Amino acid sequence: MATYQLNVNGEMKTVEVEADTPLLWVLRDSIGLVGTKYGCGIGECGACTVHIDGVAKRSCGTPVSKVGTAKVTTIEGLAQDGKLTALQQAWCDLDVPQCGYCQCGQIMSATALLAKTPKPTDADIDSAMSGNLCRCATYTRIRAGIHAAAAIV
Amino acid sequence: MNTTVENISSELGRRNFIKVSALAGGGLMLGLRMGVGEAVAQTASATAPATNFIPNAFISITPKGEVAIISKTPEIGQGMKTALPMLIAEDLDVPWSSVTVYQADLNAAYGNQGVGGSTTIPTNYMPMRQLGATARTMLVQAAAQTWNVPVGECTTASGVVYHKASNRSLAYGDLTSTAAKLPTPDPSTVTLKDDKDIKILGTRVAGVDNPKVVTGKPLFGIDVKQPGQLYANFVKCPVFGGKPVSANLDEIKKLPGVHDAFIIDGVTGVKSGVAVVADSTWNAISASNKLQVKWDEGANADQSSDNIAKLAQAAGASGAAALPDGLPADAKILEGVYNFPYLSHATLEPMNTTVLVKNDGSAEVWTPTQQPSAVQRIVAGVGLSNVTVHITRVGGGFGRRLQADYAGEAAAIAKNVPGVPVQLLWTREQDMGGDVYRPAGWHFFKGAVGADGKILAWADNFVPVQGGAFGNNEFSSLKVSASRAIPTGVPTGAWRAPNDNANFWAVQSFLDEMAHAAGRDPLQVRLELLATDQIKGYDAARMSGVLKLATEQAGWGKQLPKGQGMGMAFTFSHRGYVCVVAEVTVTQAGVLTVNKMTAGVDVGPVVNLSAAENQVQGGMMDGLSSAWNPKITISQGRADQSNFDEYKLIRMSAAPEVAVHFVKGDYNVAPTGLGEPALPPAAPAVCNAIFAATGIRIRSLPIAGQSLKWS
Repeated sequence: MATYQLNVNGEMKTVEVEADTPLLWVLRDSIGLVGTKYGCGIGECGACTVHIDGVAKRSCGTPVSKVGTAKVTTIEGLAQDGKLTALQQAWCDLDVPQCGYCQCGQIMSATALLAKTPKPTDADIDSAMSGNLCRCATYTRIRAGIHAAAAIV
Repeated sequence: MNTTVENISSELGRRNFIKVSALAGGGLMLGLRMGVGEAVAQTASATAPATNFIPNAFISITPKGEVAIISKTPEIGQGMKTALPMLIAEDLDVPWSSVTVYQADLNAAYGNQGVGGSTTIPTNYMPMRQLGATARTMLVQAAAQTWNVPVGECTTASGVVYHKASNRSLAYGDLTSTAAKLPTPDPSTVTLKDDKDIKILGTRVAGVDNPKVVTGKPLFGIDVKQPGQLYANFVKCPVFGGKPVSANLDEIKKLPGVHDAFIIDGVTGVKSGVAVVADSTWNAISASNKLQVKWDEGANADQSSDNIAKLAQAAGASGAAALPDGLPADAKILEGVYNFPYLSHATLEPMNTTVLVKNDGSAEVWTPTQQPSAVQRIVAGVGLSNVTVHITRVGGGFGRRLQADYAGEAAAIAKNVPGVPVQLLWTREQDMGGDVYRPAGWHFFKGAVGADGKILAWADNFVPVQGGAFGNNEFSSLKVSASRAIPTGVPTGAWRAPNDNANFWAVQSFLDEMAHAAGRDPLQVRLELLATDQIKGYDAARMSGVLKLATEQAGWGKQLPKGQGMGMAFTFSHRGYVCVVAEVTVTQAGVLTVNKMTAGVDVGPVVNLSAAENQVQGGMMDGLSSAWNPKITISQGRADQSNFDEYKLIRMSAAPEVAVHFVKGDYNVAPTGLGEPALPPAAPAVCNAIFAATGIRIRSLPIAGQSLKWS
């Protein structure tokens, strides 16, 4: 057991966990931010996607001991003062989710995409989003949601 | 930390709903049955504040005109948490913006709360509308009484009762106290809105939980956090039917964060295994990975896909499908053997359940399930009483969560840790290795095509791995004989569009083979069969309608160069009429791209256009995904695949454009459901398109791994 100070969504959090604990479980079980989801544990499904210093990463494959002072942003850290981001709003307006379980990870990957490529092509979307599985296969609406958000940002 | 999944205990009307539904549950049963509403309303008026109008266990209206509606079934992605309240709101005649939706717990007041088989909409369409209309009728009576005018002179619109003759109006909120004192009419006697007056149904209504979904609020079973909660993992024998004999439990108990470790064996309804209970999910998984278990692998330890395939081939040869005698000498005889593999449900939220066993032996359960009552039964079977079941949002169903096995395991584990809530979570590997799989199957077809291009006869010997023949829903001309199911020891169960999801791939593919052998347009051959083949409970004219709709929209018949092709298929699955047209490109090197899928759909009137379209888009995509890459194969009595690196689902880069076209329905007639019907026709449409593009016929699934090279 070791103690770690983590910068999560702009707040410092102190956690006591085993050094090999993936960031995913620290977020969910120690800090109580459950929007970041477990789907596979091997970085294949993208449900656990968070931003580490602005870069989309799989939190299931990121041991807490490697996070250091990096800024961690989770789905809970996107909306500011209750105002949804353009992507979150587009997801609501276009009614993207079916079961919704993967969608936090989808939005985190899409947010990282738009930060780097504000007007993505379909090919950009293919390449940025193919690490995120949607078992309900809402890909049509995820693509439309990204284009819709890109159009207003 | 206490993040309950949907903490609404203090919110609008909730407390009163619970009281009302508890009353309804007390001997009256089924809130939807006639007369119950009346009893509930009368008792409710004694227990609830007189200011709220609670005509039944589903609706509460405050004096401010806020409308609370309970959604009784689990939300598994099929949109019922939004659709069922829409039905109530329509005939209550309130604006959708005034409605707040709450998730029901399991309670007899709500009637059947299970979801599966695309049954929720057809079985609830009229009852939900009647609940709304019952409340509206009472509000109109309340207004008429207040104004001392005949009920027949009053009308409603958007939550207001009008008496046009005297130019008076009263909002529903102003009528709650008066309405609450009225007797509740028999729901079967109230008048529903006519088709022409429908306002909410058929529009695009976004899912009520979307804002919570996109901000990561706790909604799902895995998100449940109760005070003092512990986390469990449960390791079962990888060989189907195997049991633990012993394990290094003392060693495991010393590992970081581990509270306890024990073997569970001989518990009613629960598979045997080794449980590890720890202070976090990771510590539970970590410790489980260090388990050394001696297994009794049981009777299936030598089972393999190769062996099962050999048995199937033998059954196919011995029970050959027979064509009728007396076929013309110049008839072309075709044979086609089709097979498809086991599949995993692979819901993205793995199986999990949280159980608190209280010191008095009662249990509280939070669970993502399709069958809350099955959860209650299995938990009671573990030896617990007074089982309260909280229904969480569900991260994918697809039929997997019709089974309550994981809830039984969670209860059996929690029983060993009384007074402490315990969350059992399966890892992905445990989920994929412990599934009840989509059954594999084999079809041995024969067909005869006349020199005039007519289909003369076709027959199929179906060799299943689980009991029950598949429903040949569409073709009276197709003679099906089913061989006895091959005993395999591999657990199987309902998988989205059960019975239809792959059997109809085989049927629609072989039908395509016959059309091409006849040198005919596959669309014309299908329309010809639909004109003559009639099966009870199925309207061939409606099917012809969706064939025409989908093919027109997709541009069927256009000339395409070699390497590109269009294919089509139709199925009558779970009472829905769907035709899918697929357009593909296959490079000479054999690389497949599915460019577009177009659906024509007739399920009657559409309840929520947005969710309905989403179901068809996703259903087609799931049909394509499950035919393209994934398979579960068996070696040494266990599944070979354990995670998404080996069990490959469709991803964004391969997802085709999809177009959905609905036949307009009449809202006076109940629609059928949409969870399953769009899935079965997608795979055969794509495989038929591959044939059109390349001349290569796919007779075995998955498509991946077979050469699609052409020259």
